[in-house]
Amino acid sequence: MSATGHEHGEDHGHHHKETFVTKYIFSQDHKMIAKQYLITGLIMGFIGIAMSLLFRMQLAWPGESFPIFEAVLGKWAPGGVMDADVYLALVTIHGTIMVFFVLTAGLSGTFSNLLIPLQIGARDMASGFLNMVSYWLFFLSSVIMVSSLFVEAGPAAAGWTIYPPLSAVPLAQGGSGLGMTLWLSSMAIFIASSLLGSLNYIVTVLNLRTQGMSMTRLPLTIWAFFVTAVIGVISFPVLFSAALLLIMDRSFGTSFFLSDIFIQGEVLHYQGGSPVLYEHLFWFLGHPEVYIVLLPALGITSEVMATNARKPIFGYRAMIASILAIAFLSTIVWGHHMFISGMNPFLGSVFTFTTLLIAIPSAVKAFNYITTLWKGNLQFNPGMLFSIGLVSTFISGGLTGIVLGDSTLDINVHDTYFVVAHFHLVMGISALYGLFAGVYHWFPKMFSGRMMNKNLGYIHFWITAVCAYGVFFPMHFVGMAGVPRRYYENTAFPMFDELTDVNVLITVFAIIAGLAQLIFLYNFISSIFYGKKGGLNPWKSNTLEWTTPMEHIHGNWPGAIPHVHRWAYDYSRTNENGEYVIPGQDFVPQDIPLQDGEEEMNH
Amino acid sequence: MTAFLTIAILVLVAIAIWQMTKIFEFSQLRAENSQVANDTDNKNNGYLMFAFLIFIYAITIFSFWKYAKFLLPEAASAHGGEYDNLMLVSFVIIFIVQTLTQGLLHYFSFKYRGEKGKKALFYADNDRLEFIWTIIPVIVLAGLILWGLYAWTNIMDINDEDDPLIVELYAQQFNWTARYGGADNVLGDANVRMIDIDNANVLGLDVSDPNASDDIIVKELHLPVGRKVNFKMRSQDVLHSAYMPHFRAQMNCVPGMITQFSFTPTITTEEMRKNPDVAAKVKRTNKIRAEKAAKGIPNTDPWEFDYILLCNKICGKSHYNMQMKIIVESEEDYNKWIASQQTFGKTVASAQ
Repeated sequence: MSATGHEHGEDHGHHHKETFVTKYIFSQDHKMIAKQYLITGLIMGFIGIAMSLLFRMQLAWPGESFPIFEAVLGKWAPGGVMDADVYLALVTIHGTIMVFFVLTAGLSGTFSNLLIPLQIGARDMASGFLNMVSYWLFFLSSVIMVSSLFVEAGPAAAGWTIYPPLSAVPLAQGGSGLGMTLWLSSMAIFIASSLLGSLNYIVTVLNLRTQGMSMTRLPLTIWAFFVTAVIGVISFPVLFSAALLLIMDRSFGTSFFLSDIFIQGEVLHYQGGSPVLYEHLFWFLGHPEVYIVLLPALGITSEVMATNARKPIFGYRAMIASILAIAFLSTIVWGHHMFISGMNPFLGSVFTFTTLLIAIPSAVKAFNYITTLWKGNLQFNPGMLFSIGLVSTFISGGLTGIVLGDSTLDINVHDTYFVVAHFHLVMGISALYGLFAGVYHWFPKMFSGRMMNKNLGYIHFWITAVCAYGVFFPMHFVGMAGVPRRYYENTAFPMFDELTDVNVLITVFAIIAGLAQLIFLYNFISSIFYGKKGGLNPWKSNTLEWTTPMEHIHGNWPGAIPHVHRWAYDYSRTNENGEYVIPGQDFVPQDIPLQDGEEEMNH
Repeated sequence: MTAFLTIAILVLVAIAIWQMTKIFEFSQLRAENSQVANDTDNKNNGYLMFAFLIFIYAITIFSFWKYAKFLLPEAASAHGGEYDNLMLVSFVIIFIVQTLTQGLLHYFSFKYRGEKGKKALFYADNDRLEFIWTIIPVIVLAGLILWGLYAWTNIMDINDEDDPLIVELYAQQFNWTARYGGADNVLGDANVRMIDIDNANVLGLDVSDPNASDDIIVKELHLPVGRKVNFKMRSQDVLHSAYMPHFRAQMNCVPGMITQFSFTPTITTEEMRKNPDVAAKVKRTNKIRAEKAAKGIPNTDPWEFDYILLCNKICGKSHYNMQMKIIVESEEDYNKWIASQQTFGKTVASAQ
């Protein structure tokens, strides 16, 4: 299989004449597509985070008038006071954008595209054309999602899980009219985009590895992207079917998810469907989605951490095994979102069991990261800081999963702010850290060797890290006090009055964290044009992408594709005499043949 | 005032950022001008890692010190005690693991911060270590799983032993209604298709079902202390969730099906009001409400503790205000109250 890279080597020479359109817009080059994904993802992220700041302000100062509400929300904030419907819409679109558009497409789309061909030693993706189509479908779905914000009756507002009947019956909620139609169309296109991307990643990893790049020599980034793509192919079609059936219920009079509904004085015709069925279909994707978001971040962390610790990642095979175990288990735990949905309690027992099982490979990963740091020579580049930050939030957020995954304990914290705090730490913040780690680390690879400013990177990290805990640690207590999520304000319940101070604290941290992202934005944009060039291999890394020239060329390597002779983690490897394998250099890139007297380790 | 404070904080943060950039820059004046971390960066960030560890511990302690009193008071249901124990044990485990792992993670980051010329240890594998930290979570989680499943099976085993009181919780946008089985303790058949608002049949009861005529429909839930209650949940429009946090009880209400939950209330509302935690909370809350009232903010009357049923599944615009009061009282008081309520049969008769 790995020999195929060889034959492929023939066609790199003859360069096509590129126009502006084929180079920057309808590009089929994986590096350009990666940048397109990244920039689209960052713009969507900016929108999503801005939305969260708006509704955090409403939660901290309920019912107060802010000029910014009136400026941004217009008729949805008469007199500057946020309307309850638009609060729900903001929460819904924030969730949708962050989960799908930023952390799925923005993270996995960017780095799978950039790194898979570069790190496995391929000229490009298996199908450049499909890759281009995948990006443009993603772009189209982003445009539709954003355009739904401007609909007369408001955008979708049924929560990012859009449970019917709320999402199916426009009488129940204004946002369930045209807004929801656009949401569903956007997601259907998004799923098509995601599937095209995933299939491409899988085929590329399986077929286009360069000579010597066996599966057990793949960097962990590639393992993570590969397995992520597999989970995506397995679970996204199920979400597609859920969306399709919901569209039919809404527009064509079927009753897949609806039954016995009396609303605003009339009985609707629906009979025999079940909202619980929708929940099953949704979470069959919804839970693997968590790992679709998280695994690429963990893969990036593995690579960035090993490089900057100047040590091999500890337990390479155990890491692969945990990725595979997490991937497998992720498809059979979806019911833990539904313990109290009315499904058979026996199923609850089964899902508790599988859910707590998934804690085991996760724990192994966390311990392996910690051991990787032990006795290292840690280089605190911004990417490294974000990687360590990821492990920290992954542990903090993961541990509360023990409470939520236990059907008994879930009863009283289900759908409270405890859940919100849990998943924001474990998948939201962690995956964002992974995204940032990747951007800081591979920025030189994306933008002709230019590097981001490290000092701005340090400030970005430390403010974000402090604020992330400042926001989400106290939030657990709000949840344990019994405050349900998706409440426009908590003033209807005197028992929540004393929690207002906590909400103010959380909001202040959130605003500071939001502003800190502007530092990143400034650093990102200015470094594209004025960043300092840092050499071919600035982080002294082993993987193949650093053997390509700084300026992007179609086909990645000007000459033949390098062959691979070792795994990706020969950092600080010494011979028996205590001297580095290559004297004076603490790393041995993958394309360096075995040295005299060196034995290949069996990883 | 708040707006001013916010702006002041933001300005201060901006200044702090600007100053921090300066510090980072000054500390590298003589170093080479590169964007790769050098020894000074490693040292600074290493120390910051240690400081961050202290921050994590500090915010944990701060949160417990300031916010632990906000947590729900002791459980007011029979199964709630076991629930709280399991929660406590889980949290003890969580905090031990959290303290240790965050400690190691950040301490290693600090201790092994990079220096030029330092040699990292090539350490790629250790089967025994990996076995140890696989097996420990396996054992701990197995314990938690078994305990959790035992408790879950008990809670979810809804049966008719011990003569339970049968109560229907009926959800609609955006309010709750409760229906009691009446003298026969059997709920009459119902379906939304039989709703007849003109004839006061708001829950769609089958008028021809003899079990329905003695049903009692109310807007305030009264429960006798010490008697098991079997709840049957229904919804007429969208998903809702009947959340009774003080009883550690929650179940979704799903249109088209009847869901169930069961618990035995153990503490009356009167007793709960005397609970020192609850009394202290009421006092704190009423102080806040009095301050707000002084500023002329509406809806700030003094509060008296009551159990409450909340909606905990997004259900539309007024989701945030869908509630019903729950009163747990002695058997006698309950009997007196239920006797004073009108039966469905009478309500329908008087509407015609």
